[in-house]
Order: sequence, then C-alpha cells, then structure tokens
Amino acid sequence: MDDAELRITADPQETAQLAADLARALTPGDVVLISGDLGAGKTTFVRGACRALGITGRVTSPTFTIVRRYEDGRVPVSHLDLYRLADGVDDAALLEDELSADRVAFIEWPSAGLGGLAEERIAARVHLEHLPGERRSVRIERRAA
Amino acid sequence: MSAPVLALETSCDDTCAAVVGPGGEIRSNVVSSQGIHDRYGGVVPEIAARAHLELINPAIDDALRRAGITFDDLGAVAVTQGPGLVGALLVGVATAKAIVAARGLPLIAVDHLQAHVSANFAAPAPFEPPFVCLIASGGHSFLARVDERSGFEVLGATLDDAAGEAFDKGARMLGLPFPGGPHLERLAREGDPTAFTFPRGDGVPGLDCSFAGVKTSLLYAIRDLGPQETERRRADLAASYQEAIVDALAQRAARALEITGLGRLAIGGGVAANGPLRARIAALGAEVHIPPMELCTDNAAMVGLAALDTAAVDRSSALALDAYATGERDL
Repeated sequence: MDDAELRITADPQETAQLAADLARALTPGDVVLISGDLGAGKTTFVRGACRALGITGRVTSPTFTIVRRYEDGRVPVSHLDLYRLADGVDDAALLEDELSADRVAFIEWPSAGLGGLAEERIAARVHLEHLPGERRSVRIERRAA
Repeated sequence: MSAPVLALETSCDDTCAAVVGPGGEIRSNVVSSQGIHDRYGGVVPEIAARAHLELINPAIDDALRRAGITFDDLGAVAVTQGPGLVGALLVGVATAKAIVAARGLPLIAVDHLQAHVSANFAAPAPFEPPFVCLIASGGHSFLARVDERSGFEVLGATLDDAAGEAFDKGARMLGLPFPGGPHLERLAREGDPTAFTFPRGDGVPGLDCSFAGVKTSLLYAIRDLGPQETERRRADLAASYQEAIVDALAQRAARALEITGLGRLAIGGGVAANGPLRARIAALGAEVHIPPMELCTDNAAMVGLAALDTAAVDRSSALALDAYATGERDL
C-alpha cells in the first residue's frame, strides 16, 4: 500500500462520490476494508460504491445480520460488518463464502480481525473520521498497481 | 394437515425449534441462545454454524418432549430457508432434510420475514388479514400490507439502519451494556423526551424510514456536550433519542394505516417490546395486535405458523433445497 490519499468531504453525498470513484476500478475478488467510528459514514461509503457497481436495491447496515449480499450489479457483492464479532476472525477461510474470487467484498469494522486474508486481495483500506459538522476526512490507501 | 409441524429456525444467533399444531396451537417453542456472546452479543458466522450444530438436536428433542410427542406424531417439518447467514441457515435446512428423509415427511421451506408476519396467526386468537404489519428488529425494519395469510406486500423499509440497531448503537454511545434497547428504555424513564430534538427521517419519501441520521445526531450531541455534561444529561439524551425512533415508527405506521384504509395494525420484532412504542401505537386508534414477546423475537413457532399456509417442497427436490442469504424482496 503506497498510494494513499486524504480527502475532506463536506457531506454524505461527497463521501459516496469518493466511494463511487474507488468502486469503478474494482474487479471480482477485490476486498475493501472500511474503518471508522460509529456514524462516521461507513455504510454511506459502501452504498456509494455499490451504486457505481450498478446495484440499485437497498444497501443497508449489516450490523445485526453480519452479511448482506447484492446480486443485481455488474459484479456480485458481499457487504460484511464485523462489529458484533467477539474476538475477530483469525482465519479468513471462515468467511470464504463471502470472500470468494467471483465477488467484491466490502468489510466494515475490519479491525475485529481478518487474520488470514491475503494482502493482495485487499484493493483498498478506507478510514473515515469525524470532523466538525457533517464533514469527514476520508483516507484511502490503494493497493500498489 | 392434521398432524403437528416441527419447525426449525437457525438464521442468525439463536437455535430454535418448535412444535405447532394444525390449528396454529403452539405446542412448544424452544430458543437456545448460543452462549458465546461477546461484549456486543455477537457471534462469528461460522462459529454460529458450529454452535447451531451442537444445539439443534437438543433443541428438537426439547421441543418434542415439551409438546408431549415423538417424531412418529409429526405431519411435516418446516425450516427457515432465508434470508440470513447461509452457514447458519444450512444447519437447520440439513437437519430438516435428514428428518424428512428418514421419516418420509413433507418439507416446508419458510421465509424468515414471512414468519415474523405469520407470528400473528397463533391460536387461540389469530389476528386475521387484512392488516398493516410493522416489523422492527435489530436486523430488519419494514412496514407491510397483509391481505392474506400466505404473503405480504412491502410498503416501506429502512434505507440504512434497522430500528433495533439504532437502539443498540445509541445505547452503546451512552455507555450502556448489551442488549442496548431495554437498558436505553430504562434510562429514558428518568429523562425528558423533549430535551433534545433528533431527526425522524422526515425527508425520506413514502413509507420508507431512516435511522442513520438519528444515530449521527446523537453522536454530535454527545460530542458538543462534552463528557461531563453528557454524563449529567444521559437520561435526557436517552429519552429524546428513544422518542425520535418511536415517533418515526409510529408516524410511518399511522401513514400506512391511512394510505391502505386498513384500521388494523400488528407489530413484531424485538422492538415491539418497547413500552413507549406500544403506547404510541395504542394511541393510533387502530385495532392493534402484538403477539407475545416470545413470538416477536426470533423463534421457530412463527416458522411453524407460516408453514401452515405454505405448500410443501416437491418431494423429488426436497433434498436439493438450498438456503438463501437474501430474499426476493428488496429489504
């Protein structure tokens, strides 16, 4: 990861737009990790990315259901949220149905652990932070080309 | 169908088995919580599947014993097919297949969300269609029009967070333990629901709703108050936050009653336990039905109730039945 950019967004629409720009470069098998506090805009970011991938249906928080899948875009998407998980997922194989090579996966709260996930699968790491008002700082580290 | 149905539900954290009689009588309703709850009450999906595996047979034995019957007395086996965690769902589906194969019984596949709606059909006092149904839980929040027992039409749903999730995350921001909903409701009793004004998602068109905005507004309020003042005004924050969620749900329910012209409303999901929501719903002037709480939270009896109005899977393809993560409805 040597290509990092830091952007300030004024509102959720701008955050979603940044996500859309990122999503256009994604290909099947890619995984995007999205971290940030409660209310920082992680689901907003994933929704923006999903719209750019052609997904038109609801993109809602998977906190309680842990995984949501969207199949109506140009690539199948798994949307995960590891917030509720206890000690993290030491073994990425445990989530392999969702992280298969034919899907794009977005993972919220990845710090809960993703031990064995191969580094080359991670297309980007996104970190959202609250700034005063509705503004957010969005740090995107992309996989080196 | 003249014999009881054994119903299984393993779509998320709880392992559930129930026996439901042909007239909708709940003969038993067993919920085994997995006991591997973390600080937020969560489970790892594949670990959930393993825990379901360990608990499903004891849960079935318990459900049959409590109903006073054996496998010989069953008329069918019903199982939640989705939506949910596929690995977790497959434990229920595979178990159901094994029983129907061994016993020559019909297999009935049930949608989890239909099951929440069908919870209203329990004997001895089933709430019959037509009615408007509000389901609000940690994973789902939607309003449906129910015109017949075997189906429903989605009128609106959350665009972001579910109502129960909003309760839990708000509780966490206020430093309350899991499960957040009941703790937040308790703290709110000591507070002023008008002290702070949080958004109700008024900008959301139709009967959809949004709870991400209220969550973020609570966060901003806490940030602006600072730790000391937040601590002093915790009860006011809790009461105002709860008021915003309850108001949003009640407003949508009232609008759904108006649009459909139906004077009947059922509510379900874990949020149906919330006292202020019940009071607001009762004041809408509709005929209101709230199933007992053990039928509102995830359970297998509601799956058995839904099965009474669902055709069995064709016998030749029963053993090929697969679970699904996402249903056909956009929820």
